[in-house]
This record gives sequence, structure tokens and C-alpha cells, in this order.
Amino acid sequence: MDFASLVFYFFAAILLLSALRVVTAKNPVHAALALVLAFFTAAGIWLLLEAEFLAITLVLVYVGAVMVLFIFVVMMLDINIEEMRKGFWDYLPIAALVAGLMAVEMVVVLGGDRFGLTAPAPLPADFSNTKQLGLLLYTDYVYAFELAAVILLVAIVAAIALTLRRRPNRKIIDVGWQVRQTHEGRIRMVNLKPQKPEAKPVEDDE
Amino acid sequence: METMQQLLGPAWMPTWIVIKIVVIVLPLLIAVAYLTYAERKIIGWMQVRMGPNRVGFFGYRLWGLGQPIADAVKLMTKEIMLPTGANKTLFLTAPVLAIAPAMAAWAVVPFNDRMVLANVDASLLYIMAITSMGVYGVVVAGWASNSKYALLGALRSAAQIVSYEIAMGFALVGVLMSAQSLNLVEIVQHQAGGFWQWYWLPLFPLFIVYLIAGVAETNRAPFDVAEGESEIVAGFHVDYSGMAFAVFFLAEYANMILVAALVAIMFLGGWLSPLPFLPDSMVWLFAKMSFVLFCFLWFRATFPRYRYDQIMRLGWKVFIPVTLVWILVVGAFMQTPLGYLFH
Amino acid sequence: MLNRIKYYFKAFLLVELLQGLAVTWRHLWAPKITIQYPDERTPQSPRFRGLHALRRYPSGEERCIGCKLCEAVCPAMAIVIETAQRDDGTRRTTRYDIDLTKCIFCGFCEEACPVDAIVETRIFDYHGEKRGDLYYTKDMLLAVGDKYAAQIAQDKAADAKYR
Repeated sequence: MDFASLVFYFFAAILLLSALRVVTAKNPVHAALALVLAFFTAAGIWLLLEAEFLAITLVLVYVGAVMVLFIFVVMMLDINIEEMRKGFWDYLPIAALVAGLMAVEMVVVLGGDRFGLTAPAPLPADFSNTKQLGLLLYTDYVYAFELAAVILLVAIVAAIALTLRRRPNRKIIDVGWQVRQTHEGRIRMVNLKPQKPEAKPVEDDE
Repeated sequence: METMQQLLGPAWMPTWIVIKIVVIVLPLLIAVAYLTYAERKIIGWMQVRMGPNRVGFFGYRLWGLGQPIADAVKLMTKEIMLPTGANKTLFLTAPVLAIAPAMAAWAVVPFNDRMVLANVDASLLYIMAITSMGVYGVVVAGWASNSKYALLGALRSAAQIVSYEIAMGFALVGVLMSAQSLNLVEIVQHQAGGFWQWYWLPLFPLFIVYLIAGVAETNRAPFDVAEGESEIVAGFHVDYSGMAFAVFFLAEYANMILVAALVAIMFLGGWLSPLPFLPDSMVWLFAKMSFVLFCFLWFRATFPRYRYDQIMRLGWKVFIPVTLVWILVVGAFMQTPLGYLFH
Repeated sequence: MLNRIKYYFKAFLLVELLQGLAVTWRHLWAPKITIQYPDERTPQSPRFRGLHALRRYPSGEERCIGCKLCEAVCPAMAIVIETAQRDDGTRRTTRYDIDLTKCIFCGFCEEACPVDAIVETRIFDYHGEKRGDLYYTKDMLLAVGDKYAAQIAQDKAADAKYR
């Protein structure tokens, strides 16, 4: 066993363990963090396959942004995991069926000799994964790529449009307006003449 | 070195890498220690004070140069307290999660043409990916502390880091458009030919955005609402003490140094000399990093803290549009005969 | 309109931020006004109100006559006095305690004293390692008075014409 496959098995073991933790962890935050570890290890395995652009993008997008927001939400929810786990055994048969189907599908797609651990043919050292990917995306698949981008944009706009509620009388602060304020609009300099209280006439009581 | 190579055989390669890592990390840690000293001194001077000037070596005061060592010893000998109801594993993992990315990012930072631990093709992407993981330390620390102040601080700083990462990323898009490379070494080499060729001039708005976003990204003043003392005590690390706290502290300052190095490499020509007749060397890189770090401290001494909603507005409504517009400008110019201005 | 353009110009060129930075830059080079405390000290007034002391007459006789005016006037009730007749028939204190953790250093005791027995000295940097250390008894107060007798006399003389 050479060094590369040693690294592969190491990463694969961590990946499987952390993926298992995602479904078995009692605490949702632990589960989410295990998912982070799983993503990170998956990126490591992709690096082994010389897909460095995809690996780094996986870390950047999923670990760096998506999972952070995910943990954000999970942290603030008070989920009683025991409550949610009640139907676990009832759903197990159908879940096992789905899992089995997925496994079969994967074997069919990847199966046979392609399932081996053969590394891709070594590429020249100056081969740029990123460049090739960019060339492909922006030439052959440019329409599909742009379409995907537009769909994402629509999703963003839709999400905002669905959740945006225009309420009158909201006590929201307009930061831009606040920042624009200068002392000219606030302070009026008045030239007051110095004033003296009028001296009271001294009354002689005695 | 030859004899060592023969002696260790196949174990030589990993050993050599470990040596290189130590050569990078050890000076980094010392730099962090003395950055805290520089911070206290410079902010002191700006406030017409003297800063630390008592602790020295061997009975001499030496302008307080022993202060960081004394601080480190103090923190190392203190007890690490575990709050009631804290999640012990995550509580102790969080500092590691915070410092690991701050150190790991240095793997691809080039010190000159040849001195770089890993000259990866997509090193710019690697840096963005690794630095985006620093937020986990903050989030996990805040959650594991089982304290409302820590949680609020963690939420604030996580939201801030994630928002400013976008502006930072766009600023870097401008750089990689100009350099036509994701490799940090090549980015620097593209800036050759005097300080007017460095990217800070053609990409000036991006330079400013990157610098300010870098300050926000490291949760430094004036963007340090994450630890806003007046509202949430110390933010996500309220409940940390001793060495666990020190590790967060190290991570913050290591991140500062990293951002300074990135600014120097991407906008200030890295190790290139400002005037073509002077030789290029690492010294220039360190000088530029020191300048950026000085700016960090200068900002802290000058500006009052931003309000939280203003920070978010600045990030989303000012910086991102500014960077997008400038990327468009750069892209448009590159199609014209004037494109050489942006190369 | 013009104002708006001016505003955007100012905002995007960060004019006001640069002005602020200029201020701190100037102060970076300003001469520092720190007084390096244990080596240097700020000047003190002869009326400084620090640690208490009980004084003696030049003959060595203690001044305090046990009138308890200071005990009565003390707003923090930090002073406790017990008196008894001494063999020579004079009235003297058998106990004169000041709890310095209660004391607010208002100086009323000093003003109330008819014989200038209790005074407050210039000493402000005394300390105790435990709470009880700051409970000063008569002997301790007399010892302070003996130790700084010359200084106290000098301060009293300097202040005499205003009293």
C-alpha cells in the first residue's frame, strides 16, 4: 500500500465516521459540526483525486458559508431530539429500502472495474484544473451555466419576496439617512446678547 | 543537508516539510507576541501615554520589551475554567478551531519567488477557503460556553465575518482578473516594475475595500462589536481563561498578520521593491506588512466603534456594490487598448 | 444637489476618517505626559488627605484627649473610641481604632479635633494583605504619627494661616 492510498483510507474512515455521527448524534449542533467535518474530509479526498478546484470550492462554499448559516440556525433552535427520534424504528424499513436503492444505483453507475482505487492518469505539473474548468464552463456549457445562475438569482429574489412584509409604522432606523446628518441640520447658532438680571432695589426693613 | 537527506532516507521529505513549517510558525508566534506589544505601545503613544515600559530582561527595562513574555507566562500558568453546563469537548476544541486556519493559511503565502511552503496553483482560493473556516472557532466557542453573552457575541461576529467575506472575495476577484492567475507567486510577479505598477493603484477602490474588510474580518476596532465591551462584555470568549483564552488571542493577531501579508502580496507588490533599481527581497514584504499592521493599530486608536446595523449596511450596501462596479470597470477596460493599465 | 455631490465626494474619499487619522498621527509624536509613578510622583497639597496618624506633643505626650468629636463627626462611622482616666487624672483613650476600609477620607475628623491629634498624612499608597490589615489601632496610628512627625508638622505649619 503506497502513501496515497494510506491517506485515502484515513480520510475515508474519518468521512464515514463523521457521516455516521451526523445521523446518530443526539445534539443537533454536534450533528451539524460532524457534517462540517464530513465536508472537509470529502474535500481532502477530492484533493487526492487532483480535483483541487472542486475541493477548495467545497470548503469555501459549504464549509465556509452554508454550514455556518446552518449552525447559526441550529444553535438558536431548541430541538428536543428525543422527541423527533420517536418514529425512528417505524421508518427504518422504508429508510433501509431507500438506502439500499441508492447503494445499488451507485454500484451500477460506478460498478465493476471502475470501482477500484486507481488514481487518474498523472497530468503534467503545470496542468491547471481551474483553467480547464473555467474554459469548459464558459464555452461548452455557457448556457447551462448562465441558466443555473439565473435560477439561483430567481430563488434569492423569491425568498426575499416571500419573506418581506411591508408593515407601516415600523420603527426601523435608516442608517444612510442617519449617517448623512450633519451639524447644520441639528444645531442653530444663536447670537445671544449677554444678559444681566435686573438688580432688585434694596429694601430697608429697619 | 545532504548527509541528513541520506540518513533519513524516505523520511526526509516529511521531516523537511515539518522543519519548514516550524520555520514559518515559530517566527509567526513571536511576531504575534510582539504585535500585542506594538499595539499597546502605539496606541499608548497616540493617547499621549507611554505604553508598557517596565518588564525587561536581566534587570534592564529595555522599554518594556519583556512584556509579551510576561503576559504569555501569566496566561499559561492560569487555570482554564469550565463554565457550568458548558459542552466540555467543544469548549476546548473551539480555540483550536480558531487558530488552526490562521496558521494553515500560511502554507501558501510566498515570502519571495522561491520561499513558499506549497506553491499551489489555486493558492488564492485556498486562502479564501481556509480563512472562511476561522468563523467556526468563534461560533463553537460561543455556543459551547453556555452563556448568553458568548452566544450573542458569536452570532454577531459570525454574521460579520460571513458578510465581509463576500466583499473580500469580490476584491480578490479584481486582483485575479488583473493578474490572470490564482497563484500568489504569479500575482506578485505580475506587479513587477515599481510601486506604480502594484495593484493598489489600478484597483484602488478594491484595495481600500479589502483593507477595511480585512479589519472587519479579523473583528478589530472599529468593527469589534463582537467583543463590544459595553454591551456583551467580551463577546464569544467571555468564559475563556488562561491558555484557552490566549489561543483565541493568538488566533486574532495571527489573522491580523495574515491579512497584512495578503494585502502586501495582492495590492502592494509583495517582496518587490518600490523602485526598480533597488533589489527585491523579503525585507520589502515585511516592511509592507508592518505598514499595514500599523494601519490596523492606527485605526483602532482613531475610530469609535461602529454600530452593528451600520456594519452590516457598510458590508452589503456599500462595499459589495463598490467592488462589483470596479470589477465591471476592470473587465471593460481589459477589452480596450487601455487594458495594459490594469495588468 | 450640490450639497449631495459634495457629501458623496466626502464620503467616498473618506475625508473625515483621514482627518481623524491625522489627529492620532500628530499625537503619536506628542511629548508624553505620563508620570512614572513609583519613580516620579505628582505634587501634593499640604492638605492632602491620606492615611491617618495620631500626633504627640514635642514632650512625647500624646495629644488626644478622648473628646470623641471625631467619632461623632465621622460620616462613615469608621472611628471607635473608648476612654478611661489615667493615673495622673487626665482623660485618655484606651482604644482608638479607625477602620480604613470604611473611611471615606473626608477629613472631618481632622477638622473636628480641638488639639490637632488626629491628622491625615500624605501617604496614599499603603496596603494590607488581608482585610484586617486595614483596621488601624491606636498603636499603629501613633506609630504612623511618630514616623512622619516632621512631615506632618511641616504641613500643619504651611496650612496654619488659613485655619
